[in-house]
Amino acid sequence: MSTTAPIVEMTNISITFPGVKALDDVSFRMFPGEVHSLMGENGAGKSTLIKALTGVYRPDSGTTLLDGRPVTFASTAAAQDAGISTVYQEVNLLPNLTVTENIVLGREPRRAGRIDWAACRAHAAEVLTRMGIDIDPGSLLSSHSLAVQQLVAIARATSINATVLILDEPTSSLDADEVKELFRIIRKLKDDGVAILFVSHFLDQVYEISDRLTVLRNGRFEGEYLTNELLRIDLVQKMIGKEITVLDALEKRSSDDAEDTQESDIPAIIEAQGLGRRGAVHPADISVLEGEVVGFAGLLGSGRSELARLLTGIDRSDSGTISFAGSPVKFRTPRRALSDRVVYASEDRRAEGILGELSIRDNIILALQADRGWFRPLSAKRRNELVDSYISTLGIKPANPDALVRTLSGGNQQKVLLARWLAIAPRLLVLDEPTRGIDVGAKAEIQKLVVNLAENGMGVIYISAELDEVLRLSHRVAVMRDRRLVAVLDNDTLTTDDVLAVIAEGQDLEDAS
Amino acid sequence: MTLLKRITSSKLFWPIAMLLALLVIDVIAFPGFFTIQIREGALYGSVIDILRNGSPTLMIAIGMTLVIATQGIDLSVGSVCAIAGAVAAAIILGSPNPDSVGTTIVAIGTAIAVSLVLGIWNGALVAVIGIQPIVATLILMTAGRGIAMLITKGQIITVSSDAFRYLGSGVIFGVPFAVVAAAVTVAFAGLLTRRTALGLFIESTGINARASRMAGIRARGLLILVYVFCALCSAVAGLILTSSQTAADANNTGLFIELDAILAVVIGGTSLMGGRYSLWGTVVGALVIQTLVTTVYTVGIPPIVTMVFKAAVVAAVCLLQSPKTAEYLNAWRRRRVLRTEVAAS
Amino acid sequence: MKKFVTGLAAAGAMLLALTGCSAGASGGDGGEKAPEDLIVGFAQVGAESGWRTANTKDVKRAFEEAGIELKFSDAQQKQENQIKAIRSYIQQGVDVIAFSPVVESGWDAVLQEAKDAGIPVILTDRAVDSEDDSLYETFLGSDFVEEGKKAGEWLVEEYADSDDPVKIIQLEGTTGAAPAIDRAEGFADVIKDDSKFEIVASQTGDFTRAGGKQVTEALLKSNSDVDVIYSHNDDMGLGAIEAIEEAGLTPGEDIKIITVDAVKDGMTALAEGKINFIVECNPLLGDQLVELVKKVAAGEDVEKRVVTEETTFTQEEAKEALPDRKY
Repeated sequence: MSTTAPIVEMTNISITFPGVKALDDVSFRMFPGEVHSLMGENGAGKSTLIKALTGVYRPDSGTTLLDGRPVTFASTAAAQDAGISTVYQEVNLLPNLTVTENIVLGREPRRAGRIDWAACRAHAAEVLTRMGIDIDPGSLLSSHSLAVQQLVAIARATSINATVLILDEPTSSLDADEVKELFRIIRKLKDDGVAILFVSHFLDQVYEISDRLTVLRNGRFEGEYLTNELLRIDLVQKMIGKEITVLDALEKRSSDDAEDTQESDIPAIIEAQGLGRRGAVHPADISVLEGEVVGFAGLLGSGRSELARLLTGIDRSDSGTISFAGSPVKFRTPRRALSDRVVYASEDRRAEGILGELSIRDNIILALQADRGWFRPLSAKRRNELVDSYISTLGIKPANPDALVRTLSGGNQQKVLLARWLAIAPRLLVLDEPTRGIDVGAKAEIQKLVVNLAENGMGVIYISAELDEVLRLSHRVAVMRDRRLVAVLDNDTLTTDDVLAVIAEGQDLEDAS
Repeated sequence: MTLLKRITSSKLFWPIAMLLALLVIDVIAFPGFFTIQIREGALYGSVIDILRNGSPTLMIAIGMTLVIATQGIDLSVGSVCAIAGAVAAAIILGSPNPDSVGTTIVAIGTAIAVSLVLGIWNGALVAVIGIQPIVATLILMTAGRGIAMLITKGQIITVSSDAFRYLGSGVIFGVPFAVVAAAVTVAFAGLLTRRTALGLFIESTGINARASRMAGIRARGLLILVYVFCALCSAVAGLILTSSQTAADANNTGLFIELDAILAVVIGGTSLMGGRYSLWGTVVGALVIQTLVTTVYTVGIPPIVTMVFKAAVVAAVCLLQSPKTAEYLNAWRRRRVLRTEVAAS
Repeated sequence: MKKFVTGLAAAGAMLLALTGCSAGASGGDGGEKAPEDLIVGFAQVGAESGWRTANTKDVKRAFEEAGIELKFSDAQQKQENQIKAIRSYIQQGVDVIAFSPVVESGWDAVLQEAKDAGIPVILTDRAVDSEDDSLYETFLGSDFVEEGKKAGEWLVEEYADSDDPVKIIQLEGTTGAAPAIDRAEGFADVIKDDSKFEIVASQTGDFTRAGGKQVTEALLKSNSDVDVIYSHNDDMGLGAIEAIEEAGLTPGEDIKIITVDAVKDGMTALAEGKINFIVECNPLLGDQLVELVKKVAAGEDVEKRVVTEETTFTQEEAKEALPDRKY
């Protein structure tokens, strides 16, 4: 493609954190006028590499050449001065300032020591026009949609004549039209000769916009490819690191459909039809039977958590119906879902789970007590019995009910949350990444627990990025990709390869069926 | 050593220490400070004054504690005081037999009913419309005095009803009614929030509203409830204030009492960030504030330096109980222990 | 705490907005006008006491009767509000500004602005401590020092036959306010000649009943055998009565009470024998103010100091005067 010399060339970069080798001998390069995608699952080293490039981390070894000259950045500001700008996933701007102020902030044109606002406005207007963004530079940033704010962030990043622009998950909260607009601007910048690093979990978008891919896995360099020369299935396989041998998921699935009908005498605990929410999940049909574990598989951002949140009333759906235990329900709030014993255990323990300043006891009884209402408190005896039994069953440490939850390890916090949900005897339990960030022993205990619960008739939805885990536990696997439920597979002889194939090419599969 | 450490590491150590220090100053300035006599069938003494005069602030501070625990704040308490007083006074004055107990009961009942509406207004602005508590209650703070002025037509209405005077000057077994009312408020709040699950819900909502919602707690009703409770406390306090000065004064009744109430909560160790709250802490905080006022009079601090004196005491309490100070103290203590150990070896 | 401070700032801003201006310039050209064409801005202290509301009522009544347009603002006892109100009067170009300053000091700048705009200013009820008395036309109001003296004179006469020491508690008005300073000064001036009079404690009760009550409660305990309470206004005195009764004493007998103002509630208490002597501070200065406004607007010279006509009341006089009392 490009015959010019690379603008960025990183070779043999290694970074070690205490106990972890975050980057191990990674090489990476970018060419001017090209969109380059950095691919890899969680923990592959993508963000570490970006941080090494932008001066947040200092590599332990390896060299970075910028425009042919060796560089080491002491800070992000130094990297920015050298022409490397970054736009992060959460827009890092000030919503209560104007667009102009956001674009020029920190480098305002000055005259006689005072900010020259006329020059600021002219500069901002020029940058916006150049990028083809048609908004009033004097308007408040917060008056615009998130998508436009993102574009302003890009405008700010490129207004200092950036030669390298890094976009970290820029599309994660945009809808289709907004993505189109973003891509138009990326192409424009590309034509201007800017080298763009595009990081996204959406395969379709990666294939649409990027010219070149670099794949990382477990901190190692897997390879660099021209996008149009790499099949999706190969890309997914390289990201996940499993050899895919079989590609006959299609036939397998249709034969399994027959089996499904035979088992239909087991009642469904929950059944959703056309359940969706604009900008989050395309309408999907999904059901969970009593005593069944349904795994949700898909890459990060595929919509696996979002679908589960619609099922459990955490977020409100804007299309579709849910029938619970045979009768139609509307789960508008978590409270409503909980009263039917439908529980969502969030992947974000800190923001949506634990109450760190409260004791283990209070954390465990919270949902049960909320269901009983404030006026009918659990008796002290009942409370202690309950808490003690969960502490010993789940092996929560310390075994002191009065310990504050914030002092507990991640694994023990997770167990406290599990106890909270189990205490209300759920009929459908959704576990979103229940084993993330906890040690191996606790992981196994939690998985054992899931099997037990299902055997006792509870319906379980198990969401995890770890395919092995999903396949080990699930009776069926729902595969999601780019916010769409693309297939529901029976897990009789299913292998990770089958699932990977669907994750990579699910669109085609659905079209065929 | 360990007992001393346990005492000094308590959140309430410094407020209580400051309270004792003020009382010591009082006794030095006026040896009869702790003397309690019985006069006119009522307990009589400086300590009783502190309790009685501190009662309205304490009652409001108790309501404020719960509001603050939910990460809110209620600036309108002073205005609610004024409105409650004005409503009661207007009813008593407009009645054909102002001295009758019935009239007083109707007046008090109406004032409390009005305060409930005001509390629902505050709670609805916060919980339903989603306005920041400081802004939502600011509306009633500024508008409320205007409402009270309308009711009193800008006059200070003198209430001479004997039945109504009981609120401010009456005694139960020698104990001023106001003190009993404050004690009942503390006990009621304690029972209401600690004997039921309400306290748990308030704290969990204050710590993490999102996680609490996902655990099935309905924040809306909860928030309205705490603002209503706070308004109720304010109304009772306002009635007592009005009764004790035998006049409804739309301008001055409860003026700046929100500041004292918030200060009492903060001195008591409840964080303005919400979450864990301590009713006992608030009791201590309110007593510190009232003792401070009485100390100024008893010691005879000239009016010109009164503000500076109060500011110094409050600043001292707040600084001493801040986590940073605790850190420094601990570090100092450790160093000292280390030094003695080194010296011993 | 920060939340809180911004809240207060916002509260202040709202108050200002309430008293704020609607532009509409008229006058200020200095030419003579008929009374019905005059516009007068009056910046009142607030409605902190019964005296003040009577004062407000009377001013409003007098101007209405005279057919002069009155722009009235209530500063809620805050100087900054009052300054804003005066500035807005200057902007609106009123013909005369009248105001009762909340405190004595800090008025030079805004008065200079009025002077520069050619708008004459009349002070009512309270004075300012400005060096430059050309900043205002005249000061209409009571002589607070004289009021203090009258209170003191009654006391001296009351105890003329006795040589026992007389212990006095003084309830001061708002710290820094002219009546508080002057009433204390006049009183002290008279009693200083006789060593048997001793002010054992003096604290501010902020001119309010609640303040007067709380201060008296505390002072009665820390000072034994108090003979007299001298209160700078009726309201604090009424609060003191409550405190004295709670202490099991009889106001007016065990402890004698002297107050200043003579509002209706005070006069009632005087007639009932709970207060012993009241020095009148006449709030009904509306008619005098209207006369001064007319003269000033017409460019006539007026006295720099106009004293309101005032009297004093004993218990017997109060019983007679009470039925006709307007405020």
